[in-house]
Amino acid sequence: MARTVRTHRKTLNTALAWGIGLMMFFPILWTMLTSFKTEAQAISDPPVWFFFDWTLENYRVVQERSNYSRFLWNSIIIAGGSTVLGMIIAIPAAWSMAFVPSNRTKDILLWMLSTKMLPAVGVLYPIYLIFIQLGLLDTRIGLTIVLMLINLPIMVWMLYTYFKEIPGEILEAARMDGAGLREEILYVLTPMAIPGIASTVLLNIILAWNEAFWTLNLTAARAAPLTAFIASYSSPEGLFYAKLSAASTMAIAPILILGWFSQKQLVRGLTFGAVK
Amino acid sequence: MSTKASRSAARLMLAPAVILLLGWMLVPLTLTLIFSFQRYLPLRGGFQGWVGFENYVRFVTSSAFWPSVQATVIIVGGVLLITVTLGILLAILLDQPMWGQGIVRILVIAPFFVMPTVSGLVWKNMFMDPNNGLLSHLWRFFGADPVIWLSDASMLSIILIVSWQWLPFATLILLTAIQSLDSEQLEAAEMDGAPVLSRFWHIILPHLSRAVTIVILIQTIFLLAIFAEIFVTTQGSFGTRTLTYLIFQRVLESQNVGLGSAGGIYAVILANIFALFLMRIVGKNLDR
Amino acid sequence: MGQIVLEQVTKSFGDVTVIPPLDLTIEDGEFTVFVGPSGCGKSTLLRLIAGLEDVTSGEIRIDGKECSTIPPAKRGLAMVFQSYALYPHMTVRKNIAFPLRMAGLDRAEQDRRVVQAAAVLNLTDYLDRRPGQLSGGQRQRVAIGRAIVREPAAFLFDEPLSNLDAALRVGMRLEISELHNRLKTTMIYVTHDQVEAMTMADKIVVLRAGHIEQVGSPLQLYRAPRNLFVAGFIGSPKMNLIEGPEAARHNATTIGIRPEHIAISATEGRWSGTVGVSEHLGSDTFFHVQDTGLGESVTVRADGEVSFRHGDRIFLTPRDDMIHRFDAKGLRIA
Ligand SMILES: Nc1ncnc2c1ncn2[C@@H]1O[C@H](COP(=O)(O)OP(=O)(O)OP(=O)(O)O)[C@@H](O)[C@H]1O
Ligand SMILES: [Mg+2]
Repeated sequence: MARTVRTHRKTLNTALAWGIGLMMFFPILWTMLTSFKTEAQAISDPPVWFFFDWTLENYRVVQERSNYSRFLWNSIIIAGGSTVLGMIIAIPAAWSMAFVPSNRTKDILLWMLSTKMLPAVGVLYPIYLIFIQLGLLDTRIGLTIVLMLINLPIMVWMLYTYFKEIPGEILEAARMDGAGLREEILYVLTPMAIPGIASTVLLNIILAWNEAFWTLNLTAARAAPLTAFIASYSSPEGLFYAKLSAASTMAIAPILILGWFSQKQLVRGLTFGAVK
Repeated sequence: MSTKASRSAARLMLAPAVILLLGWMLVPLTLTLIFSFQRYLPLRGGFQGWVGFENYVRFVTSSAFWPSVQATVIIVGGVLLITVTLGILLAILLDQPMWGQGIVRILVIAPFFVMPTVSGLVWKNMFMDPNNGLLSHLWRFFGADPVIWLSDASMLSIILIVSWQWLPFATLILLTAIQSLDSEQLEAAEMDGAPVLSRFWHIILPHLSRAVTIVILIQTIFLLAIFAEIFVTTQGSFGTRTLTYLIFQRVLESQNVGLGSAGGIYAVILANIFALFLMRIVGKNLDR
Repeated sequence: MGQIVLEQVTKSFGDVTVIPPLDLTIEDGEFTVFVGPSGCGKSTLLRLIAGLEDVTSGEIRIDGKECSTIPPAKRGLAMVFQSYALYPHMTVRKNIAFPLRMAGLDRAEQDRRVVQAAAVLNLTDYLDRRPGQLSGGQRQRVAIGRAIVREPAAFLFDEPLSNLDAALRVGMRLEISELHNRLKTTMIYVTHDQVEAMTMADKIVVLRAGHIEQVGSPLQLYRAPRNLFVAGFIGSPKMNLIEGPEAARHNATTIGIRPEHIAISATEGRWSGTVGVSEHLGSDTFFHVQDTGLGESVTVRADGEVSFRHGDRIFLTPRDDMIHRFDAKGLRIA
C-alpha cells in the first residue's frame, strides 16, 4: 500500500518538476531551435516546432556579416584574462587570511565583500574618465582589469572558504620539510585546493562572461565582447529572429555547459559561504 | 601558525588584493563625490564651478526622480516576491524523490547562465513582440488581441524577464539550504504525527529563514543594479526607468556628470544599507 | 648531533602568557618526553623549538647555534604531527621524498633514501598508495618516514599516537623506541599518556601552566616527585594523597603513598575501610577503599587473584619507606 502511494507521489512530483523545468528552459530551447530555422519560419504563426528545414545558414551569416568570432575572442580574452589575473592576486590573499589570520582578518573579508556591493553606476563616470585618460577605453586590457576587480572579492571569499577546510598542520609540515613560501603554496596548498580553485575559476569565468554593465559602457568596436555584440541587435533591421537566435545560442552555449558543472560551487560563491 | 616571518609574508601577499580593491573603491568614489558638488557638463563647457548640494537637491526634485524610485521599488519588490515564493516551492519540489532529478535541476538553473543582453533581447523579440512574438501567437490562438508587452505592460514584462533570470538563483540556494535540513528532524516530526502543512510551517520555513534572508539581500543588491535588461528592451521608457538607469542617462547620455554623480552617491548609500545587513549575517557565519 | 638548549624562553599570545621564562637543556641523543595536563603549553613549547611559532623573548640554541629567528626549514629538525599532516595528493613515496625534493637532492638519491626508509618502516608495499588508502598506523609510519629521511638533528613528536587505538599504540610505541635506539637521534615527544612517558623517556619534563615542575628520569620522578603536582601526575593509578592527623604523624602537611605500596589484608593493618569499586585488570586488581578516616577514598593495588566484594571490611598497611612527605607549600620534604 505505502509503496504504491509513494510511487504515485513520485510520479506526480516527476511530472510537476519536469513541467516546470521545461517551462524554465523553454526560452533557451526555443532560441536554440529558432537558430536553425529560416527567418520566415522563425516568425511563422502557428509556430513550427521540430519539423522544419534545419539550416546552419544563420550561423554562417552571423559570422560573415558581423565577424562574430572577433567578439567571441574578446569574450574569451576578457573572461579568461580577468580570471587568471584575479586568481594570481586572490590565491595569496586567501592563503594569508585562511592560514595566518589576524584579528583584522574578519574585517578585511567583510570590507572586501562590501566593495562587491558598490553599485557600478555610482562610479561609472570616474571610471569612464580614468579609462579615457589612460587610453583604456575600448581595450581588452582595460575591461579585463575592471572585471577582475569587480570579481576579486568573490574569488578571495570562495578561495578563503575552501582554504579554511585545509588543516594548517599540513602546511606547517611542509614548512618543516624545508618548503619555502613559494613551494608551500605551489606544491602543497594549490594541489590540495584544486577542486576549490577549479570551482572558483569556473564561477568567475561565468560571471565575467555575462557581465553586462561595464562591457556595454566601456567598449565600442574593438574590444566589445559578446554581451555588447548581442546588444547590437536591440536596434535591428528587417527579419532577424533566426540570426539573433544563432548569435545568442553561440553566446550562451559555452557558459551553459560550464554553468552546469558548477551548480554547487555557485551557491557557496554567490552567498559568500553563508549557505553551503 | 604564526611567526614574524609568516605574518609579514601574509601581509605582503594580502597587500595586492587590498590595495587594488581599496583603489577601486576609493579613487572613483572620491571622484564621484567631488563631481557631485560641481556643475560639470563635459560636452557643454566642462567644469562650471562648485555648487554645493545643489545637484543632490536637483536630483531628488527632478520630475524623473520619484518615478524612478517607484520603478526601482516595483521591479525589485516584484522580482523578489516572485523569485522567493516560487523559489521556496520549487526548492521543496526539487527536494522530493523523482525520476531525472539531475536533469530537471539543470533545466531549472539554466536561465541563470544566460547573459542579460541575450535574455533581454530573446524575451523582447521572440516572446513579447506584439506581431511575431510567441506570446502574441498564443494570444491570437485563443482569439485575444496580443498584448504590446513592453509598452502596455512594461513593468510586468521587465519583472518577468528578470524573475526568469533570478528564479534559478533563489531556487538553487534554497534547495541547498533544504538539503542541509536534518532529515531526522523531519522524520521525528512525522513520527509525532505532524501533518505535511504544519511540518512546512514549523520546520522547513524556519530552517529556510536564514537562506531566504540571504537570497533577499543578495538579490536586492544585484537587482538594484540591473541595467542591461532595460538597456536592450525599453531603454528606460514606458515607466521602466530605474534609479540605476536614470543615473546612467544623466551621466553618459545627457553628460550631466555633476547631477549623475549626486545620483550615484544616493545609489551607493542605498546599496550600502542592504550590504550592511548582508554583512552582519555573513560576518556571524564567519565566527562559527 | 642535536643538543637543544632553551634559555629564558617565554611565549605570549597577545596578553596571555602561555610560557613564562623557562630554561631547559636537552642533550644530544636523549629521548625527552613533555608531559602535563591539557593546555599546559606542551605543543606550544614544541612549536617554539620547531620554529612554527616565534619566541616572545629568550633564546633557543640547537647545537650551540642561536636559532630563534631561523625559519623552521633551516633548523634541521623534523616534526611528526598528531594529525600526521600527510600530503593527501601525493603518494607515500612522494610524501616521504618531499623533504628531500625541497632540499634539492637528485632523483636517484631521493629514491635510494625513500626505499631505505620504507624498508625500515615496513612501508615498501605501500609506496604507491595515497595516504587516504592507508590505515592509521601506516599513516603514522609514513609521517615518521618523512621525518627520518631528512636525517634531522632532532625529531619532534606532538602526541603522535593519540589517534590510534590502544593495541596499535603499544606497537607504535615500541617501534618509536626501537627507532630511537637505532638512530640515537635526539627526540622530543609530547604526550599526556602516562605509560608512553614512563616507558619511552630518558628524561621526562613535567609541565604545568608553562612552568617546568620537574625534570628527571622516569624513575627519579616516580621515586622522588619534587612536589604534589608531579606526585599526582606521575604513576597510574594516581598516588594517594593524605592530609590531616595521619600526615602530621609523619611531620608533613601531606603524605603520599602509591597504590602499589600498600599491603592489603582481611584481618589486620594500620588503616581499615570498606571496599568500594574494584577494578579487575587480570594481572592486578585495584580497590577503592572508603571510610578509612583518611579523607578521600584510598586506592590500593593487589594481586589479580585477590578478591574482596563491595562493602567488605579490609585492612591496609602502607610501606613506611615508600611514603612521600610534602610540606605546606606542596614541596617534597627530603
Ligand atoms: N595561537 C594561539 N593563540 C592564543 N592562544 C593559544 C594559541 N595556541 C595555544 N594557545 C593557548 O596556549 C595554551 C597552551 O596550548 P598548547 O596547545 O601548547 O597546550 P597543550 O599542552 O599542547 O595541550 P593539549 O594536551 O591539549 O594538546 C592553551 O591555553 C591555549 O589556549
Ligand atoms: Mg597539544
